Amino acid sequence: MSGVRAVERPGPARLSGGAAHYLRAAEVVIGREMLRFVHQRGRFIAALVRPLVWLFIFAAGFRSVLGVSIQPPYVTYVLYEVYITPGLCGMILLFAGMQSSLAMVYDREMGSMRVLLVAPLPRWYLLVTKLIAGVVVAVVQVYVFLAIAWFWGIRPPPIGYLTVLPALILAGFMLGALGLLLSSVIKQLENFAGVMNFVIFPMFFASSALYPLWRVRESSVLLWQICSANPFTHAVELIRFGLYGEIAWLPLAVVVGCSVLFLGVAIFGYDPGRGFMQARRG
Amino acid sequence: MSDPSRPDPGGAPPAALDIRDLSHSFGRRAALDGVSFSVAPGSFTVLLGQNGAGKTTLFNLITRLYGNRSGSIRIFGIDVRAQPRAALERLGVVFQPRTIDLDLTVMRNLLYHGGLHGLDRRTTRQRAEEALRRFELHERAGDVVRTLSGGQVRRVEIARALLHAPKLLLLDEPTVGLDIGSRAFILDHVRSLCRDEEIGVLWATHLIDEIRPEDQVVVLHQGRLLAAGDGRAICERAGAPDLGRAFTRLTESAKAA
Repeated sequence: MSGVRAVERPGPARLSGGAAHYLRAAEVVIGREMLRFVHQRGRFIAALVRPLVWLFIFAAGFRSVLGVSIQPPYVTYVLYEVYITPGLCGMILLFAGMQSSLAMVYDREMGSMRVLLVAPLPRWYLLVTKLIAGVVVAVVQVYVFLAIAWFWGIRPPPIGYLTVLPALILAGFMLGALGLLLSSVIKQLENFAGVMNFVIFPMFFASSALYPLWRVRESSVLLWQICSANPFTHAVELIRFGLYGEIAWLPLAVVVGCSVLFLGVAIFGYDPGRGFMQARRG
Repeated sequence: MSDPSRPDPGGAPPAALDIRDLSHSFGRRAALDGVSFSVAPGSFTVLLGQNGAGKTTLFNLITRLYGNRSGSIRIFGIDVRAQPRAALERLGVVFQPRTIDLDLTVMRNLLYHGGLHGLDRRTTRQRAEEALRRFELHERAGDVVRTLSGGQVRRVEIARALLHAPKLLLLDEPTVGLDIGSRAFILDHVRSLCRDEEIGVLWATHLIDEIRPEDQVVVLHQGRLLAAGDGRAICERAGAPDLGRAFTRLTESAKAA
């Protein structure tokens, strides 16, 4: 149509366009997430108290009941607290992922998601930026937890604190992508309690976070198979090996694969032409 | 600054918003049925309709929260479906629900929006100050949004929608729930935007008293367009002394049909 030709950019003095615009948008989205997190001190404390309760109380109680034999990446017998620490790191990331999903459903009902989605950038980019913002906040929480755990006597090798970072980012990304996926499917805020029951608890308990899988196998082969297929198990194992300076290849592959899958479906769900948004009023 | 609304030497300038034969349905229920109308650059156009007339669906289609499957939506000649980003750049929106972060300050909210539109920090700040001054809120820039009144929040949202200098502004029932003073203030200021800045405005409402006789009016009822034109012409055609009665007549005859 001839109309298209006639249009020139109306005046806004944008950054040189292209890449600068993308970066600027990422900066404000991540900045906003950090700012919100700092403002909501209650959320930060709750996010820390949850794994600490497990570490201080649950692990202490079960220390004598659950012996953990030598298994990689550990080179010696380890205390139960040491065993569940990577699982609790995973727990922080899992809750953070679900929380950002909750925030997105809330934002969509309240409308601030619209402000994000009408920005003149590709929608997949806006969603990925939002996802990364959540991961940044979650990883900070994990490090604060690890610092407190250090004082509790859980001391992985110093290099582990560095090598665990990529593992945390990847695991956080996968769980955040899962949250994003859920937020595209969940129609209303009220349905969120269901996520708690049907996603968070099964994922956490049917994993290697609290007990090694060989122990699960001793009691039930079926449960062992379920645990082995659980992406969260792989996230935890990736973190566990990362914390001791090692790479767990299979978990790495599973985490990356699941991230791509979850993110792909989530972007499809948010696509204006096809996705689930279409079926919704609002 | 180039101005897209200036006369095009090759022909008529494109409309700020041009909607052609737009339909949309949720399941079997048609929310919009073959709607066509346009908003001229710098004009104040009222989209009049009761709750459930399809106003919000129309807004969601224009802003591409839903994709349109039939018909076309063009913003200054740019098809929203074919070039969503170029179209969205030229568009400012004030949604019906509040879409602002209550826990952040006014300025932080505006900086966030500026960033999403690719404006650097300094430019955003400058424009935010200008826009806030226009809406008499510059003294509240550092305040947390939660401490503002409903009318003030709306004014911030309009200021925000103007940051990236759009030439088309959509407002979805912006005065709902506000007191008379705030309503008049917002209405006056948005009208002055049309006049001074040549911004085309589409103002959705169900409140007939917000319309002036010289405004362009688009009457939407149960997803269908009943009338479009300036207020006086609509009254004449409906054979009614005022818009209120014209609206009643139009909707009743639509029911009878």
